[in-house]
Amino acid sequence: MSADATPVRKPSAVWAFALVPIALLGVLIAYLVITGGGLRELSGPPVEQVKVTRVTLPSEGLVRLQVVNDGPQSVTISQVLVDDAFWAFTASPSTNVPRFGRVTIDVPYPWVEGDAHHLQLLSSIGTVFKAEIPVAQRTPQPNRDLFWQFGLVGLYVGLIPIALGMLWYPWMRHLNANAINFILSLTVGLLIFLAIGTWLDALEFAAELPAFWQGVPAVALVALLSFGVLLALGTRRNGEEPSPLGVSTRIAVGIGLHNLGEGLAIGAAFALGEAALGTFLILGFTLHNITEGVGIAAPLVKKNPGWRAFVLLALIAGGPAIFGTWLGGFAFNPVLATVFLAVGVGAIAQVVWEVGGMVVRASRHAGLPNATWLNLAGVTAGVVIMYVTAFLVKF
Amino acid sequence: MSWWQRLLNRRDLLKVGAGASAALVGAAALAQRTPNATRTADGHPIDHGGHGGNRMIGTVDHTKNGFDPLQLLTDWDYGKVSRLPNGQTLREYTFIAQEKDIEIAPGVTFPAWTYNGRVPGPTIRCTEGDRLRVRLINQSRHPHTIHFHGVHPWEMDGVPGAGAGEIPPGGSTVYEFDAEPFGCHLYHCHATSLKRHIHKGMYGAFIIDPEQGRPPAREFVMMQNAFDTNFDGGNEVYAVNTIGFEYARRPIPVQKGELVRLYLINILEFDLINSFHLHGNMFDYYDHGTTLTPTSRIVDTTMQAQGQRGIVEFRYKYTGQFMFHPHISEFTELGWMGMFNVVEPKDFPRALQDVGLNDTWNERALNGFAAKQKGSAT
Ligand SMILES: [Cu+2]
Repeated sequence: MSADATPVRKPSAVWAFALVPIALLGVLIAYLVITGGGLRELSGPPVEQVKVTRVTLPSEGLVRLQVVNDGPQSVTISQVLVDDAFWAFTASPSTNVPRFGRVTIDVPYPWVEGDAHHLQLLSSIGTVFKAEIPVAQRTPQPNRDLFWQFGLVGLYVGLIPIALGMLWYPWMRHLNANAINFILSLTVGLLIFLAIGTWLDALEFAAELPAFWQGVPAVALVALLSFGVLLALGTRRNGEEPSPLGVSTRIAVGIGLHNLGEGLAIGAAFALGEAALGTFLILGFTLHNITEGVGIAAPLVKKNPGWRAFVLLALIAGGPAIFGTWLGGFAFNPVLATVFLAVGVGAIAQVVWEVGGMVVRASRHAGLPNATWLNLAGVTAGVVIMYVTAFLVKF
Repeated sequence: MSWWQRLLNRRDLLKVGAGASAALVGAAALAQRTPNATRTADGHPIDHGGHGGNRMIGTVDHTKNGFDPLQLLTDWDYGKVSRLPNGQTLREYTFIAQEKDIEIAPGVTFPAWTYNGRVPGPTIRCTEGDRLRVRLINQSRHPHTIHFHGVHPWEMDGVPGAGAGEIPPGGSTVYEFDAEPFGCHLYHCHATSLKRHIHKGMYGAFIIDPEQGRPPAREFVMMQNAFDTNFDGGNEVYAVNTIGFEYARRPIPVQKGELVRLYLINILEFDLINSFHLHGNMFDYYDHGTTLTPTSRIVDTTMQAQGQRGIVEFRYKYTGQFMFHPHISEFTELGWMGMFNVVEPKDFPRALQDVGLNDTWNERALNGFAAKQKGSAT
């Protein structure tokens, strides 16, 4: 044993071993940067890439573009076209956008409310980057009235339906074991629907991000990571069953993140002039989201945690819709939106796992197989309810 | 619930929801903002000529380009003039095919293919019956030709498979033929792929004067062209004589009452037609310039398909800055718009000075036909 032992060295010498590859790497990088590494002939023509991350209409006769350079080299925006016409503009800090840099371009253009407008940026080598204003409408400026109104929208589509759904709780408590299992399965079904919806939303936001964010893989990885972390947090050491309130809380968190994304989308749509929520749309959302309240309450039927817990759960699940609407309307950030939604996917997937486990255990207690027809019917019912009510909010 | 993107194109739905949105918009604070730039970099007010914000930012470096659109207007190239034993006038030209990055709009470069480093190429000016000898030297990396419009033998047609055909990189050839018939013609490269060789910039004006000449006038060459900067089969920048909005930034000086003659050529690619419209005036039009009497009289708009050309003649009754542009609004707003600065004769030197022109330019504009009668070589 002792014959095989590695000679003892001073810690400093050991660290030197670790630093050798890093030092050599530095030499290699310096060599490549300074000499081109004998690869100069391989360098091709310039590749220009910028992304218009946001278009706003802050006032009458003004179009504002946020531009991010997500290409490999700096880009100069030499000219701006609006609706196939060259147009005067100012760029701050400069028309030159370095790699990873961002520039704000103001175009004094008489945009027309309700019309669509097309924007093009012409680079110094003639590359064209496009953006559009689907429906021109003044970008809302933060003020007290609008703040209040956005809050109301979030309240209507998030908090209220969840609270209403929870009002089935007293009735649910009088159901027999089979019916409760059915409702838990139904919760799994509706959560699966929400997970898919949130996933698709996250991908849509991700697709709009500058390329260097690597939006789509980031969504998958963030979702996976949050799933893993929540799973680790939810695991009980002694194999004891998770507390009903704990499960409900995690369902509420998952739904909350989903609703935050929903609020972001609503707020951003307002801000971009892309949507105007009619009363009937709000009605649709309320109906669609009422099942979320059922899902949160379902694990609690055996043990009443008290009305305070319900209020808290409703706030956790529904409150983020209000927050999201504000964020989306006043300070839209596509990167944050994508991350929130990706976390939401992981969170919802985790509670699907957890509630699914409850259903399976309940079935075993009753001496039934893991997947009974009743369970399957519950899951299907959950998905179908979400699917059918979604007709009201899909156009 | 990815509902929101679906809403994008749903105008109907938006109208249903208009009540809600109107309330929101009404609540929005009125943070009025005025555009801060009121003058261009070179000091011209942006509203001059009435085109408002529809303009390009900055100016083009004509020195670096090697040509100035205002100079191109009157830059007749008579060639090296001599006399053949039979008494015929011989005009010899050398065209060098070159690749060159040119600035076609402020800050926007285009990897052009050129004759003699400029777009459009030299304006060949000769008289009906002259002998033309045009040497093409290809110093670029692609095969090229020169195809002249007009009457000439098959071997001199400058197309693949005829005579010398496509001239390879490093190669050269000589096109030789008699200039006929008189008119406002053009030449261009006819190598394959044709569209690319034309829109890259290989073309120029080919003016054959009638032997008896035309009435004295102030003469300009205007080649309607455009550039597909991102090579997607559609043009981004439109102009006459290459630089978008250049004649709006520097209006062309003319005198009230004098006869103005434009040699107008459409060398547009990707768009079927181009047109010319004059403000505050009507003009006579000579289709292809092959007649001495107008083919249409007192019109203010004319249309040219690809490769079509003609002569436009008019006199200004009033002073002022008068626009000209195609009555194709899209092209106008994409750069093909300019101005005549019509002044009293006494104010003319000042008008020249304002846009950086001198008496030589004035001379060339007035003596396009007369100058070459003396056999002068430029
Ligand atoms: Cu060519």
